Amino acid sequence: MSKILIRGAKVLGGEPQDVLIDGETIAEVGAGLSAEGAEVVEAGGKVLLPGLVDLHTHLREPGREDSETVLTGTRAAASGGYTAVFAMANTFPVADTAGVVEQVWRLGREHGYCDVQPIGAVTVGLEGRKLAELGAMHESAAGVTVFSDDGKCVDDAVIMRRALEYVKAFGGVVAQHAQEPRLTEGAQMNEGVVSAELGLGGWPAVAEESVIARDVLLADHVGSRVHICHLSTAGSVEIVRWAKARGIQVTAEVTPHHLLLTDELVRTYNPVYKVNPPLRTERDVLTLREALADGTIDIVATDHAPHPHEDKDCEWAAAAMGMVGLETALSVVQETMVDTGLLDWAGVADRMSFKPAQIGQATGHGRPVSAGEPANLTLVDTAYRGRVDPAGFASRSRNTPYEGRELPGRVTHTWLRGKATLVDGKLT
Amino acid sequence: MQRHLISAADLTRDDAVLILDTAEEMARVADRPIKKLPTLRGRTIVNLFFEDSTRTRISFEAAEKRLSADVINFTAKGSSVSKGESLKDTAQTLEAMGVDAVVIRHGASGAPYRLANSGWIDAAVINAGDGTHQHPTQALLDAFTVRRRLLGRDAGLGQDLSGKRITIVGDVLHSRVARSNVDLLHTLGAEVTLVAPPTLVPVGVDTWPCTVSYDLDSALPKSDAVMMLRVQRERMNAAFFPTEREYSRRYGLDGDRMARLPEHAIVMHPGPMVRGMEITAEVADSDRCTAVEQVANGVSIRMAVLYLLLGGNEPAQTRTEEK
Amino acid sequence: MDKHDTPARPQASDARPVLEGPDIARVLTRIAHEIVERAKGADDVVLLGIPTRGVFLAQRLAAKLEQITDRTIPVGSLDITMYRDDLRMHPPRALARTDIPGDGIDGRLVVLVDDVLFSGRTIRAALDALNDIGRPRAVQLAVLVDRGHRELPIRADYVGKNLPTSLRETVKVQLAEEDGRDTVLLGAKAGQ
Repeated sequence: MSKILIRGAKVLGGEPQDVLIDGETIAEVGAGLSAEGAEVVEAGGKVLLPGLVDLHTHLREPGREDSETVLTGTRAAASGGYTAVFAMANTFPVADTAGVVEQVWRLGREHGYCDVQPIGAVTVGLEGRKLAELGAMHESAAGVTVFSDDGKCVDDAVIMRRALEYVKAFGGVVAQHAQEPRLTEGAQMNEGVVSAELGLGGWPAVAEESVIARDVLLADHVGSRVHICHLSTAGSVEIVRWAKARGIQVTAEVTPHHLLLTDELVRTYNPVYKVNPPLRTERDVLTLREALADGTIDIVATDHAPHPHEDKDCEWAAAAMGMVGLETALSVVQETMVDTGLLDWAGVADRMSFKPAQIGQATGHGRPVSAGEPANLTLVDTAYRGRVDPAGFASRSRNTPYEGRELPGRVTHTWLRGKATLVDGKLT
Repeated sequence: MQRHLISAADLTRDDAVLILDTAEEMARVADRPIKKLPTLRGRTIVNLFFEDSTRTRISFEAAEKRLSADVINFTAKGSSVSKGESLKDTAQTLEAMGVDAVVIRHGASGAPYRLANSGWIDAAVINAGDGTHQHPTQALLDAFTVRRRLLGRDAGLGQDLSGKRITIVGDVLHSRVARSNVDLLHTLGAEVTLVAPPTLVPVGVDTWPCTVSYDLDSALPKSDAVMMLRVQRERMNAAFFPTEREYSRRYGLDGDRMARLPEHAIVMHPGPMVRGMEITAEVADSDRCTAVEQVANGVSIRMAVLYLLLGGNEPAQTRTEEK
Repeated sequence: MDKHDTPARPQASDARPVLEGPDIARVLTRIAHEIVERAKGADDVVLLGIPTRGVFLAQRLAAKLEQITDRTIPVGSLDITMYRDDLRMHPPRALARTDIPGDGIDGRLVVLVDDVLFSGRTIRAALDALNDIGRPRAVQLAVLVDRGHRELPIRADYVGKNLPTSLRETVKVQLAEEDGRDTVLLGAKAGQ
């Protein structure tokens, strides 16, 4: 592999510098580096970030290849500036055995667009009754460290306690989809003013908050680490803040859409806004932004959830929940966090690369942009503004809530271990 | 008026008064030997019912036929939660047959809105009840009944319901009738009070243009009309209230409670009534109960809506819309 | 609706009266006598005015007939809106009252009353409407002004004034009950 010189890039948003990639690693970072023997990429003031890491992606393979595959999903990831994604376990069959997680992991390696780190199911078949073979998945080639029944909540307190305890043996973490199932039977959207008017079944904030409260107390009790998926309410922020202050090992993620969109959009009954957990209120959105800025919420994770057109082109109640997010995540974070002054680019690198890699123990990802580190990098044109056009998505699905919306920022280049996966906005 | 009738909240005061006044004239047609008008000759209307509702469908059908429209009935029986794709496909199939309007009843809140706004079809959409969202023609026929009874057939013409106190009692949470009525009655200037056990009032009700009470007895003497909503016995199994007996005792309307109403006040029920649950037979069969009248008024209201939406080259205009 | 509260719109300056209050009273009296004469005593006459102004004319005619015959003359109104042949050319109009006298119209001599007879389409619609209400012995038509330009084979039995007009002209009848004064104005169409 040859040398690449990225010239004049604002590393983590700082002063323009040159970054020289040699093979799979960063050789040198500094001013006025020699371009000799290197392919030159003129960054022209674009921001250079460590390759983004998504702790929460649905790649749908195996089982729902009509909506996404490992190939299309990792191409979408590269397009969005990601070099590693954690693939959720709710596939068909469920990723609850070493066999399934290895298959997904291998596909990611073979395609070479983005590392795929499978997440293992906590319970067999996501059914919440019997622990899956967590140890076997950890010991497999995939080396699973994150376990989640995402899509479903591990609602049985005993199973959750056991899972939290069990993964301590190999330093794993349980990522909880916090949703009290009885409180959300028939739930269609956030419970509040809008649901009352629209006559759609309510998904109350308390159904999330009560589970988070229970799980941080359980984690405290058994001395384990717990990760909260897609935290969506102001009340959840308060609980996590309280838990962290007590020294409980809890981390939390927020999705880009919960940083931007509110349940007012549901008034259109357009299922493109149907997602789980649901879009909340303006107050929740603003609280989530502050919590991400102050570190109460550790990371941004996309919850990229592709669905075929027909699963969204219908009435609200019949539609599938979820939004694609890999290709718009960074733009939404720039819009909601950077352009609002809440977070600088170093902060973005922390919330979208360093921390998620750390929580998921993604070796070689989320490393500083400095000499000797793996060349997993993302170059972002932060001055760009444009309308989201799903027709240009690399993802197999188009269920984005941002169609036609003007957003800032565009990823122009992505390098995975020195190999360009995205050049001038085009996948290689 | 807007092209579709999806929600009672879409109607202005003038729209609503025009519909009520038009319905008053339509009602007179029912007294004639030939109960038919040629107004919608050549228009095709489909009644697209994904949910069983014989009374609403018959009411619309009678209205459509009295206006000489060609009527197609489509009942997707048995498909409790019909797949989204079939709603779209069914609608497009009907559109291909040259349908001018779709009257839709659907179990999913928002299905009519979706049908009207998704670009699937061009026909006008009239909501005949969607999930727990809206049932605008029911609210219109209720307002019509109130105006007739409290103001009089002729004296009511051109009038709204300013200052009338309407109490709506029962399962507000699951009721599209309650939502539509709160919107419309408020638009018409009435003061609306909802009375229900707290479990059957939606979270977020505090932003609605009405007051909420948990005490029926204190609301009754201040009511010009009391509207009893149907309460399904199954709700008991989901812990919305302990027993049928306790519900009836606290929120049912019996003869003693009816006696607390002002002398002029009426008792309304959208039907079908659950006698012994929210209303006793004594009340249901009394002269003050307008349930049967409401059914008759339903045909007049639906004729008015159909005429005003489909009778011309575009929907009727009210004064505020005229240029 | 409050349209009776609205003052009559000012007419274009070149609108000139062709009938004034006393003329209108006189022609209605004449028409009343003609009806009695042709209907041989008018004992089975029912007057149906076509809203809006035809109704007031019918009521005035009824009063005159009652003076002449000393009998109560049934009078009502017949709204033809939903029978119009131009429904698809406009937004739907607000409906006016149809009020058929208690004994109905079966076997009676119905005299339709309108202010201006022009294309004849209104009367065509009225005949259709009547058909749905009952079966009169005969139907006759009384109008205050016949301005010509018929588009259908329809003629009036009783005419207050034949007024030859051009299609560029307008004929506007104002009656005290609706407009505050009695007059018939001949004017030019706006913009001509």
